[in-house]
Amino acid sequence: MALSSTIYNTIFKRTSTFALACGISAFFFERTLDLGSETVFEKVNQGKLWNDMKDKL
Amino acid sequence: MAATVGRICGAGLLKSANGASVTQISSFSTSREWTRGRKALMGTLGMLAGGTGALLFALDRSVKASDLELHPPKNPWSHDGILSSLDHAGIRRGYEVYKQVCAACHSMRFIAYRNLIGVSHTEAEAKAEAEEIMVTDGPDELGNMFKRPGKLSDYFPSPYPNEEAARAANNGAYPPDLSYIVDARHGGEDYIFALLTGYCDPPAGAVIREGQYFNPYFPGGAISMAQALYNEAMEYTDGTPATASQLAKDVSTFLKWTSEPDFDDRKRMFIKAVGIFSILIALTYYLKRHKWSSIKTRKIEFKPRN
Ligand code: HEC
Repeated sequence: MALSSTIYNTIFKRTSTFALACGISAFFFERTLDLGSETVFEKVNQGKLWNDMKDKL
Repeated sequence: MAATVGRICGAGLLKSANGASVTQISSFSTSREWTRGRKALMGTLGMLAGGTGALLFALDRSVKASDLELHPPKNPWSHDGILSSLDHAGIRRGYEVYKQVCAACHSMRFIAYRNLIGVSHTEAEAKAEAEEIMVTDGPDELGNMFKRPGKLSDYFPSPYPNEEAARAANNGAYPPDLSYIVDARHGGEDYIFALLTGYCDPPAGAVIREGQYFNPYFPGGAISMAQALYNEAMEYTDGTPATASQLAKDVSTFLKWTSEPDFDDRKRMFIKAVGIFSILIALTYYLKRHKWSSIKTRKIEFKPRN
């Protein structure tokens, strides 16, 4: 309980820190999602993409 | 036609006694207060509307069945499939085919050399491609138009200055602009492939006039474009054997890209959307359970006074 109450008291209790936490986590969340989906896309289409063929020119 | 109407009638839509729920429904109905005449009118109108719909449906079916058109077979393209991207080596070869064969007759006015960068060519290569053409620019300080080598921002050159010149050079037929041709024809890239590889001798009875050729995939069969692709009609820079079907496949892939330049981005977006919506659905489900938990676990007790 100690950890969750510390998090609650330092971040979620005040609107200012809560909003800041939203912004920062949104940034990291989007980066992760972008990188993750790009990795899936490149894995599925390995060998067909421009990045795979440009070195062979 | 009769079968269609029969199907609708057979579905029990027009029957008045339709199970036990009819008595329940009829207490909500407003038609009970209608006069006999009004009921008859509404009934007739309903029959007419349904009949017209069924007739249109039947006519549409029969037109499709009587079409004298050869539909292109479906090919297993490497970009079929919900996550698959276009084959970029194929796009590059297809560009070579377009440039060396099709560009002699077909324009591609909506694709610029800058569009090739990062898709099939590096920036330096695209610049070199652009510099091969001469573009009319101007006016200069004296008001004269002048010629200059192409730049990255220039669009692909057209073989003819206008449609009339194109028709005059092609026996009256206009070679359509190929920029969006894959989306402009039924069957898409399958049709393009079938059209380019489908030339054959006309069967007995087919009317082929001077300057026309027989192609079963072209609506009507008589097309004013001669067969353009043959085995070894050109050479690929990457050494791929240039069979007619390889040329047709690559140029179809290239035309698919020009028609849908956003193709790969759409697939990327799809993966992203699946990711984010699965998170959101899980979250929504949890939130719903959370909010309803107090209601679902509530007990109502009835205590009589005595
Ligand atoms: C000799 C000139 C010429 C060349 C080369 C040529 N075409 Fe055509 N193309 C035409 C003409 C003319 C038409 C119009 C035919 C008609 O309407 O009967 C046409 C029509 C088409 C059509 C439209 C068919 C339809 O359904 O309306 C497509 C697609 C097409 N060409 C693709 C290509 C491709 C791809 C290449 C390169 C491999 C190519 N053409 C090379 C002259 C040419």
